[in-house]
Amino acid sequence: MPFGLIKHGLAKTYPFRRDIPAPHELKDSYDVVIIGGGGHGLATAYYLAQKFGIDNVAVLEKGYLGGGNTGRNTAIIRSNYLTTEGVRFYDESVRLYRELSNELDFNILYSERGHLTLAHTDSALRSMRWRAEVNKHLGVESELVFPDDIAKLCSCLNLSDDVRYPILGALYHAPGAIARHDAVAWGYAAGASRHGVELHQETEVLSMDISDNAVTGIVTNRGRIKCGYIVQAVAGFSSLLSKMAGFQLPIRTIPLQACVSQPLKPILDPIVVSGSLHVYVSQSDRGEFVMGGSTDPYPLYSTRSSLEFMEGLMAHILELFPFLSETKVLRQWAGMADMTPDFAPIMGLSPVSNYYIDAGWGTWGFKATPVCGLRMAELVATGIVPDVLRPFALGRFSAFDLVGEKGAASVGH
Amino acid sequence: MKIMNCPLNGPRNISEFIFGGEVINEPDPTACSDEDWANYVFIENNTAGVVQEWWFHVATAFWFIAERDTRTDEIICTYSPKRVHDKQEERGV
Repeated sequence: MPFGLIKHGLAKTYPFRRDIPAPHELKDSYDVVIIGGGGHGLATAYYLAQKFGIDNVAVLEKGYLGGGNTGRNTAIIRSNYLTTEGVRFYDESVRLYRELSNELDFNILYSERGHLTLAHTDSALRSMRWRAEVNKHLGVESELVFPDDIAKLCSCLNLSDDVRYPILGALYHAPGAIARHDAVAWGYAAGASRHGVELHQETEVLSMDISDNAVTGIVTNRGRIKCGYIVQAVAGFSSLLSKMAGFQLPIRTIPLQACVSQPLKPILDPIVVSGSLHVYVSQSDRGEFVMGGSTDPYPLYSTRSSLEFMEGLMAHILELFPFLSETKVLRQWAGMADMTPDFAPIMGLSPVSNYYIDAGWGTWGFKATPVCGLRMAELVATGIVPDVLRPFALGRFSAFDLVGEKGAASVGH
Repeated sequence: MKIMNCPLNGPRNISEFIFGGEVINEPDPTACSDEDWANYVFIENNTAGVVQEWWFHVATAFWFIAERDTRTDEIICTYSPKRVHDKQEERGV
C-alpha cells in the first residue's frame, strides 16, 4: 500500500473512485423499491443485493442520503437492553457493526468506548441489576459497578454527593461503542451501488397505486414506477407514507434534539448515559462532546431547535461534568423520531400484501442499522418473517402483546 | 420560551402544559370489538397539519383543546372543551 501511495503521488492523475454513481433516469419497473435513503433503507438494499442476489432494487430518497435521523443521532451502539427480544436483536447488530468497516471496505470509525448508564436512585439500581442479569444470561457483557469503579472508568465525572442527583452506581457495558453515522450510510450506499442497486436522491414519493390489497405502482416527483415489493424506512414520516399505502400506525412523530460542543482534548473515554437525568454524552474522535437528551414534550413535524431543550439538558450535563461550564456549544439540531407506545420498533409485514414496514425507530434506530437491514432483506427475499423480527410485528398492538422495552434510550425507571 | 394561551389562566410558558393527544372519539368499551378498542388506544393519526389536541395545564389541573399546526408549531387557538360539548349538543350528537 505505501508503494502504491508513492506511485499515485508521482502520477499526474489520481485514480478517482466514485462511491455513488451519478444520478440517472428512473427505470419503469423494479423488483424491490425501498422508500427512504437512510441507514436502514440503504442497509436493506445492500444486503438484498449482496446476500440474496436481488439487484433490481431502487432506493428512493426525497432529500439526500443519510440526511435524516441517520445523520442526526448521537451515534451510540449498544445491546444492554432489558427484554430478551431486545438483547438478542441488538446483540446481533453489535456483532455486525464490529465487522462493518471490513465488510463494506469503508471506514465507519467504529470505536468501542464502554457504556455507563448511571443510577441515581435505589429503584434505578435495582432495574440495572435486572438488566445486567438478563444481559449476562444472553451472553452480553454487562455488569453493575459502584462509584469507586466508576471513578476509574471515567475520572472526569462528578461523583460528589453534593448534587441534586448523586450517582449511586452504574450499569457498565464494555462493548458500548460510537461510530461515524454518516459513514454508515455512505458505506452501505457505496456497497449497494457496487452490487447494482440504484440510488435516487431528491426523489419523493407522492402517492401509491393500490389494487387487490397490493401496491402496484409508486408515483414520484420524477414519474411513475412499477414495483414488486416495497420497503418503507422513513422514520418521522412513517405515518404519512403508511397512509398512502392505506393503513395507520401507532406512531407519534416527536422531535429529538442534540448538540455538540466545541472540540476539546480527549478527556471522556466511555459513553455516559443517565436515564433519570435524561442525558447521554460521548466525546467524538474530533473532540466534540456529543450531547443528547429526551425527546421534545409534544409531537411536531419539524427539525427546529429550542432554547428550552438546551437549558434543560445543560442543567443536567453541568451536574455531571461541571468543567464544561466554560465550553461553548457549537451546533444544535433535531431529528424527527417515530415514537411507538412500547419504545420498541415495528418491523415486518403490513396489512398490504407486498409492502414491508420498518418504522417506530424513535430514539434507538442507529444502533440497529445493520441487523435491521439484514433481517428486512431476508424478509423481502424469502417472504418468511425471521425469528428476531417476530416480536416486533405491527400486529402486536391489536393483540395487546406489547414488547415493554425499558432499555430504550434515556428512559428512567 | 414558547407561550400557550390557556383558556383558564391566560398566556403561560409551554413547559407548564402537558400534551394529551389528538381529540378523537372514544368508542363504547362495552360494545366495540377488541380491535376497535386497540385502534383507539394505540393508533395515531399523526397528522402533519392543523390538529385538534388535548392539552393540560398542570398547576390548575385544567384540560382544554388547542388547534395547532404540527408542521410549524403555530398554536392557532385554544378553547375550553365545553365549547365542543355544547356544539355537539346543539347538533344532537
